[in-house]
Amino acid sequence: MLLLPRMSSKLARSLLLLLFAFSICDAVALPGPISDRHRSAALELFAPQHGSFASLEESYEALRIFEILAVREKPDVRATTCPKVLENLVSSTPLKDLFYALKVNGILKCKVNGDIFKDIASRLKATVKDAKTLIDLYYSIGSLLLIKDQASDVDVLLADADGTFHSIKALSQSDGKWRYTDKPESSTYAAGLALEALAGVITLASSEIDQSRVNLVKNDILKLFDSIEKYDDGTFYFDEKLVGGHEHQGSISTTSSVVRGVFAFAAVTSGKINLPGDKILGLAKFFLGIGIPGDAKDLFNQIESLALLESNRISIPLILSLPASVYSLSNKDQLKVRVNTVLGSAAPPLTVKLVRAFSTVAKDSAVIQNKDLKYDQNSGHHVLDVLPDKVDVGIYVFVFEMVLHDADGEKVYATGGQIHVPIYVTGIVKVSNAEIAVLDNDLGSIETQKTLDLAGNDIVSLSANHLQKFRFSFQLTTPRGHAFKPHQAFLKLKHETKYEHIFVVGNAGKKFEIVLDFLGLVEKFYYLSGRYDIELTVGDAVMENSFLRPLGHLELDLPEAPTSKAPRLPPLAVDPYTRYGPKAEITHLFRTPEKRPPTQLSLIFLSLTLLPLIGFLVGLLRLGVNLRNFPSSAAPATYAILFHLGIAAVLVLYVLFWLKLDLFTTLKTTALLGVFLLFVGHRILSHLATTSAKLKSA
Amino acid sequence: MARSTSKDAQDLFRALWSAYSATPTNLKIIDLYVMYAVFTALIQVVYMAMVGSFPFNSFLSGVLSCVGTAVLAVCLRIQVNKENKEFKDLAPERAFADFVLCNLVLHLVIMNFLVG
Repeated sequence: MLLLPRMSSKLARSLLLLLFAFSICDAVALPGPISDRHRSAALELFAPQHGSFASLEESYEALRIFEILAVREKPDVRATTCPKVLENLVSSTPLKDLFYALKVNGILKCKVNGDIFKDIASRLKATVKDAKTLIDLYYSIGSLLLIKDQASDVDVLLADADGTFHSIKALSQSDGKWRYTDKPESSTYAAGLALEALAGVITLASSEIDQSRVNLVKNDILKLFDSIEKYDDGTFYFDEKLVGGHEHQGSISTTSSVVRGVFAFAAVTSGKINLPGDKILGLAKFFLGIGIPGDAKDLFNQIESLALLESNRISIPLILSLPASVYSLSNKDQLKVRVNTVLGSAAPPLTVKLVRAFSTVAKDSAVIQNKDLKYDQNSGHHVLDVLPDKVDVGIYVFVFEMVLHDADGEKVYATGGQIHVPIYVTGIVKVSNAEIAVLDNDLGSIETQKTLDLAGNDIVSLSANHLQKFRFSFQLTTPRGHAFKPHQAFLKLKHETKYEHIFVVGNAGKKFEIVLDFLGLVEKFYYLSGRYDIELTVGDAVMENSFLRPLGHLELDLPEAPTSKAPRLPPLAVDPYTRYGPKAEITHLFRTPEKRPPTQLSLIFLSLTLLPLIGFLVGLLRLGVNLRNFPSSAAPATYAILFHLGIAAVLVLYVLFWLKLDLFTTLKTTALLGVFLLFVGHRILSHLATTSAKLKSA
Repeated sequence: MARSTSKDAQDLFRALWSAYSATPTNLKIIDLYVMYAVFTALIQVVYMAMVGSFPFNSFLSGVLSCVGTAVLAVCLRIQVNKENKEFKDLAPERAFADFVLCNLVLHLVIMNFLVG
C-alpha cells in the first residue's frame, strides 16, 4: 500500500525530468565575450623563457595577442627579439622565418636598414615568379605585403600579378577547398592560406586584376562555406575530413585559417560576399565557446580570429550574455543582460526585447511577453526592472531578441535572431502545518498527536508498537502561494545501531503526507526495537531554504525475531573514506624449501660412493693388471699418451661443464676434442690391432 | 640335512669360482668394472631411500650414469669375448673404441641432465 504512492511519485518525477530535458535542449549556457581571464591566460601561456620566446613564430603570436587584448603587463622582449629579427632579415633565410621576422618587425618596429628591405623584396619577387607550392607563394606574398607596410619606398609591386593570381587559383577545387601542390591532397586549411595569398596579390598588383576572376574566387568562398560544420546550438566551424596528410590541422586552426583568408579577401575587394550573418555569428560562437584554451597556438588562433570578426566588412557579430542566470525572488534581483562585440567592446545602439518567457513545465503558456529591457548607461547592462507577479519559483526559458536602432544596422551586424536562455528563479518556500501523529489501528484513532514548527528547533518524542501507525504531514507553499513539489522530500528513521530506512513523502497538491504502518514494516526494520531518530529532508534547486532537520525520536516496540527465520542483518555501510586508508599488509608465503638431509650424512655417503672405486682398483691390482702392452716405439707411444690425455681432457671438460660452463661451449669443445680423440684413438688402436694380428699369425 | 645343504652350497660356490677363474683376464677386468658401477649405483639408491628424492634429476643422473656405463661394459664384454661366435670378425680394439665413445656421449648427457 505504501509502495504505490512512492512509485507514482517516482514516475511523475522522471517524466518531469524528461520534459525539462527536452525544453532545455535549445537553451544552453551562453559563452561570454573575451574577458580579463583571457588576458591572464595569454600572459601565462606566452611567458618568455630567459627573456625571449622560443621562435619567431611564437614571438609574433605573443606580441599580436598582447596588442589585440591591450594587455598592460606584457613582458618587454624588444632587446632580445630585435637582434633575432635582424639576423633573419637576409635574403638567404628560409621563407617561413623571413615571414615571421617581418611580422614581428611590424609590431616591434626594430631599426632596420632600408637596403635590407630592397634586397629581400627583389628576392621575394623572384620567388613569387618561380614558386610552385601554395606555402611558398603564401609566405613570399605575405612577406612582400609586410615590407610594403614597413618600408614605403621599396618597390614591391608584382609585375605579373595576373599570372600569380592564376597560378594560385589553379590549385583550387570545385568544392571550395584548395590543394597545396599538383598532388591531389586538398584541405580547407589550404583554402584559407590561398584566399589570404590572393588578397595579397590583389593589393600588390601594379594593374587592376580582372573583376571576373575576383568573382570566381567569391564563388569559391561561397562553396567553401557550404561544407561548414555545425553544432545544434548554432555554432559553425570548419574541420578537416582528411586525417593525416600535410600536417593535420585541428578544427580551431582550420577555422581560423579560413577566417583570416575570407576576411582578408573581403577587405580588398569591392562589392559584397553574400555570406549569411548567422554563419558569421556561428563562427564567433565557436571561438568564444572554446573558453580559455590551454594551448598557446589555440589561444592565438582564437584571439586573432575574434579580432578579425570584431571589425570585418561582411557582418559583425554581436554577443548577448548574462552575468547571472539565477534570480532570487527573496532578494528582489533584477534581470541583467549585456550585449557586446566579440572582444568585449560596446555594441551599437540597440534595444533588447524579451520576446517571451515560459516555464519549462508549461511550455505553451508564456508568463512574460514582449517586454523591452531598459538600458542603463552607467553599467552598460540592459535591465528588466521587475519580474511580474506571475513569475514563481522554478526553471524558465527566456527568449531574447536584439533590435538595432539604426535600420541599416541589420546589414552590418549579425544579431542571431531569437536567443533562448535558461533562467532559474529561486525563492523561499514556506513550510507549515507540520503534524506528527501515532494512530492506533486501521480506524485511525489517534493515540498521540503533536504539531511541530519546522522553522524552529523543537523536537518531539513519541512511542509506538508494531500494531500502530505513524503519520506525518506538512505543507509547502511557494512565494506566490502555489503548490510546490520539491526534488527531495525524504523521511529517515535511524536506529541506535545505525541501521537507517528512508521513505519518500508523497503529496497531494500542497499537502505532503506519509503514513508508516509498522505491522508491514517489522521485517524491513530487521525486528529491531528501540529508539529511532526521525529526520526530514526537503530540498530543491530553486528552493532557497532547503533543509535537513531532525524531528525527534520514536521509541518503537517490535516483536522478537522468530528463531526459525533469524534476520540476517546486512552489513552496515562502512565509512567510504576508509577505502583510501592503508590496506592490510600482505605477508608473502614463500614456498617452503624442501627438507635437505644433514650435511654430514651427505658427506658420509659421498665417501661411501668412492669405496667401490677403491675396491675396483684393488681388484685390478689383484688380477695382475700391467702395462706390458704399452707400445715402446716412439710414434705409437705418443699416440697412446695422446689418446689417454684426450680422454682425460674430455672428462675434465665435463667437470668444468658441471662447475661453470654452459652446454654450447661444452658441445663445441667436445666436438673439437672428439675429432682429435678419434684421430689419435684410431692410430693407436689400429697399431695395437695390427701388432696383435701379427702375434696371432706369427 | 643342513650340513649337506651348506656343503652343497660351498661345493657349488667353489665350482663356480674355479670355472670363473678360467676366464681370460681382460674379461675379468671388465666384470670388475661392472661390479664397481653397480655397487656405486646401489649406494646411491640407498642414500636416496634414506633422504628422499628431492633433487630428483641428480639422483637419476647418478644412477643412470652407473647403470649406463655398466651396460656399455657388458656390451664390450660380449664383443670382446673370443668364445662368442657372432662377433668373431670384430676386432677388440674397435669394440673398445665404441665403448670409449659411447661412454663419453653418455657422460655428456648425464652432465647436462645433472646441471639442468
